[in-house]
Amino acid sequence: MPARKLVFINSAYWRGAVSIVVFLALWQIGSLSKVWIKWEAFEWVRTALTALGFKPVYLPWIGAVPAPTEVLHAWLGVINDPGYWQSWYMSFFRVMAGFIAAMLIGIPFGLMLAVSRTAYGIGFPVFEVLRPIPPLAWVPASIIFWPTQEMSIAFVTFLGAFYTIVINVVGGARSIDVRYFHAARSMGSSQWDIFWRIILPGTLPSIMIGSAVGMGITWEVVVAAEMISGGGSQIGGTSGGGLGFFIWNSYVGGSYEQIVVGMISIGIAGFASSELLRALGKRVTPWLQLR
Amino acid sequence: MSAATHAAGSAQAVARGAISIENVVKVYDPDGAAVMAVDHCSLDISAGEICMIVGPSGCGKTTLLNAIAGFHEITSGRILLDGEVLCSTEKPKAEPGSDRIVVFQNGALFPWKTNLENVAFGPLMQGTMSRAEANEKALGMMADAGLAGVEHNFPGEVSSGTRRRVEIVRALMNNPKVLLLDEPYRALDSLTKSVMHEALLEIYYKNKVTIFFITHDLEEAIFLGHKVAIMTTRPCKPKKILDVDIPHPRDYGVLTSKRFRELMEETNEAVHEEALKAFAAGEKEG
Repeated sequence: MPARKLVFINSAYWRGAVSIVVFLALWQIGSLSKVWIKWEAFEWVRTALTALGFKPVYLPWIGAVPAPTEVLHAWLGVINDPGYWQSWYMSFFRVMAGFIAAMLIGIPFGLMLAVSRTAYGIGFPVFEVLRPIPPLAWVPASIIFWPTQEMSIAFVTFLGAFYTIVINVVGGARSIDVRYFHAARSMGSSQWDIFWRIILPGTLPSIMIGSAVGMGITWEVVVAAEMISGGGSQIGGTSGGGLGFFIWNSYVGGSYEQIVVGMISIGIAGFASSELLRALGKRVTPWLQLR
Repeated sequence: MSAATHAAGSAQAVARGAISIENVVKVYDPDGAAVMAVDHCSLDISAGEICMIVGPSGCGKTTLLNAIAGFHEITSGRILLDGEVLCSTEKPKAEPGSDRIVVFQNGALFPWKTNLENVAFGPLMQGTMSRAEANEKALGMMADAGLAGVEHNFPGEVSSGTRRRVEIVRALMNNPKVLLLDEPYRALDSLTKSVMHEALLEIYYKNKVTIFFITHDLEEAIFLGHKVAIMTTRPCKPKKILDVDIPHPRDYGVLTSKRFRELMEETNEAVHEEALKAFAAGEKEG
């Protein structure tokens, strides 16, 4: 194994830092443009267009977005608010519950579809009909079906990751090179050995890909589900309904800086989850970390 | 330790691994359009012999190999290993077994196992050794084959030539009667290939297994083989069987010898003829 590079002298980290700084600077400049550009000076253009019978059109302008400094200020405002951290916790909890359930059910289910022709024949058609239904279309049905709102949100997040994981597992297991099976059979492997020593490790890369994609979908779904269902607000009061509800609540309350705080919080949470998965992936598929 | 294993290996070698292919026919019938891949093919390979099978791409050589290995069925005829029937008209598919190990065209080392774990795989599966024993034997055999230093690398971390050597050692770990090589050096450049040829011969002199080696490279065939079977293009059967009377052990000096040139001349035409037929057939199908 090659010696691991020292993290802090790695130029990739510097590039990452520069990229974030440049992004923030552009955003700040964009937001400040509403101060610099005097829109009143262009009022005659609008008047002229209206006089000619055109409808005045408003184009989106980055000046309408709160500047990073204002967002930072709003962030410092909520950072001591337990409700904000409660939102983090709720969303993380739901994502993890749904995601882990999807892994625990999806991986064995996918492997079963891949190795057994009977299971595939029986299970796959139903799966394929249910798969195109977007997880969010399940929200009303799951609110009716599940006894608590919390469970219905967890169920919807579960669906978000489940289909992707299953599809990747089935595809991964089926694309294992037939030569590996031949070689293993020649060397005296039993069916059991072939499952544990060929099919499972051969599918691991696809499992990790499916999980990474599934994790992304889970975050998308949890936020939307929280907005729609009112964030399971019976649990943590109005401010404890997860990051999706935090954003919605900020919108209703007219705090635009807080909306962005919520958005960035989700970005960070999603990034952290992906990093977690990547670290796990490095551990379970060391042979893929070579080149 | 290794000297003792080799002595035992060569003592057994005399009686182990004779293959008789008798009137084997293989018809592929994917959708009603029967394609004859192998047509009444008969070939005898003595125990401990290197038999090279030469023929144009797609001529049906691999079909024969798959039949011996037990990966595919034959339509009729039979194949015997040391007098025992592997497959026949009545029992069209042989049981795959550790007495016949294939080294595949593009290699089939398990990428998720280290080279050492790959080499030690067979005896563990067959339950003939404990993990410690298997690892010890694997380390010894890898050292013998000049593979010291790559034991704990994954196959993806080493050169393709090294991978091929690891795979051959993995095959030999099973103490097979027959090694079935399906164009193992096809993807290697000619310099690596020449190194691999000598490495294979070195391994062969130590282990003396029967080698069934498929190639389309006549030079490779005559350099390595005791016997070279030149196959007709589809359907496949021996067109000419050449006994290479250059004594083993051989090294690369053989390539420039007069006898080698003569044998090349003697067979080149037969090979070229089949290559032309294969090409024409390919054009017709296309």
